[in-house]
Amino acid sequence: VGPGRGGGGAAGPGRAGADTVSTPAQGGGSAVIDMENMDDTSGSSFEDMGEMHQRMKEEEEEEAEGEAGAGEEEDGEFLGMKGLRGQLGRQVADQMWQVGKRQASKAFSLYANIDILRPYFDVEPVQVRARLLESMIPVKMINFPQKIAGELYGPLMLVFTLVAILLHGMKTSDTIIREGTLMGTAIGTCFGYWLGVSSFMYFLAYLCNAQITMVQMLSLLGYGLFGHCITLFVTYNIHFHSLFYIFWLVVGGLSTLRMVAVLVSRTVGHTQRLILCGTIAALHMLFLLYLHFAYHKVVEGILDTLEGPNMPPFQRVARDVPVVSSAVLNTTAKAIALTL
Amino acid sequence: GSARELVCERLKSIQFPGLADVSISQDIPVEGEITVPVGSHSPDEDYSTLDEPVRDTIMRDMKAVGKKFVHVMYPRKSSALLRDWDLWGPLVLCVSLALMLQGGSADSKDDGGPQFAEVFVIIWFGAVVITLNSKLLGGTISFFQSLCVLGYCVLPLTVAMLVCRLVLLAGAGTVSFIVRLVVVVAMFGWSTLASTAFLADSQPPNRKALVVYPIFLFYFVISWMILTFTPQ
Repeated sequence: VGPGRGGGGAAGPGRAGADTVSTPAQGGGSAVIDMENMDDTSGSSFEDMGEMHQRMKEEEEEEAEGEAGAGEEEDGEFLGMKGLRGQLGRQVADQMWQVGKRQASKAFSLYANIDILRPYFDVEPVQVRARLLESMIPVKMINFPQKIAGELYGPLMLVFTLVAILLHGMKTSDTIIREGTLMGTAIGTCFGYWLGVSSFMYFLAYLCNAQITMVQMLSLLGYGLFGHCITLFVTYNIHFHSLFYIFWLVVGGLSTLRMVAVLVSRTVGHTQRLILCGTIAALHMLFLLYLHFAYHKVVEGILDTLEGPNMPPFQRVARDVPVVSSAVLNTTAKAIALTL
Repeated sequence: GSARELVCERLKSIQFPGLADVSISQDIPVEGEITVPVGSHSPDEDYSTLDEPVRDTIMRDMKAVGKKFVHVMYPRKSSALLRDWDLWGPLVLCVSLALMLQGGSADSKDDGGPQFAEVFVIIWFGAVVITLNSKLLGGTISFFQSLCVLGYCVLPLTVAMLVCRLVLLAGAGTVSFIVRLVVVVAMFGWSTLASTAFLADSQPPNRKALVVYPIFLFYFVISWMILTFTPQ
């Protein structure tokens, strides 16, 4: 069938761009693109095919309406009487093309539905930076509902950053993943937390009559992961238990306080506030604890010992990458801690 | 007879709307080729590409892919990469990178290195996410063009992987680590710059940073996989 070769499928070379205008062959796919009707997404024959044939179909439909009656009778009569192979084949090919096109159009319009997410990505870099910094600053005014920006770009990027940091931590600590892959685990954990806990908190907020929408909840929790990213980035490289606990309390605590304050400002009633804030504080802090301990085997011999200048030799070495880098970092950190 | 008439009527009404009311009498046999004169390039070209030897087809495609490789290595502001997108190059690069990253984890019980499928999925899933992100941020580039660019810009990292494997053959000490680190960082920078050169132009000017960051993260993850690769 024509369209198969003409459309220049996913892996085939697209020779579409430079050809001149021509009307497409009837029912046949072609790699020629109508230059006059190119819009912003020009250059890809795949998408322009859909448009082109949609237009063709509309033209055909307009004309077919006029002669529909006579044409169908003729067709039926003709097929019944003669059944020439060529004509039948053409009809069948045409039918198949119509069906295929309809299915492709449906898939195409489904693909175009990412546009419903477009308003949530309408941000400027300055705004993202400001929101990142704000996520660590707890607001003082809790009697007035605080504004939460419903954007998804920042949280999504933070989740991916967390995935990258987690991967780094897993690799440098030689974590053994028995079922599944390193990457799958990291992505599953981070996205699972973000989406799962957001949904759960949204459900709780619905029960407690808090004024918050799902997107805002996603955004709030997502930006709260900024503290996690910082903490994990630092403590995956400098293996110090006490350092981790300090970071956990300070950085984790600040971002938790911010989320708690925002939620409190949007909820009425003591019990409800308590439920919501308690849950989110617990989940947030416990997640950080979990990330640190489950995905990061602390190298023995360097632990929480600030006494004694004798540094025991490395007992477990995962790869030669962390040997060099973490040796340097640990020595520095220890030296700084000892001098303080 | 009526068959030809039907076909000719349809042809005329679509291709030559002005002639829709011209009728052909039944007595005159209609002969000739039913090809569209204006768009005759396509069927002819198809017949010629169908009949040409396989070697020609392959060489033509390989030349196109090779040209794009050159564009990636020396990123200039040319639109050839975007206009004639294809996914052969990214596929080849992805497969070779995944094969080289497989290492010796086949016989060890723990997951010493990324599996083939893992690398494959990371690259394609990451590219899809970046493309969706750039489209949502208001980019004018199309889906497959973006995939094409991101895939082709994995080339420097594949070269880095090759170099790393060769260096590791010589030994795995601190010197080799430093050499590998330098090479991987350089190639990572090159990849990011190359893909930014192609992709950032399609964004509104004040949002370039928002598009560059995921690309940076994507190539960072791949570079990290390359750097931490140690054959068992």
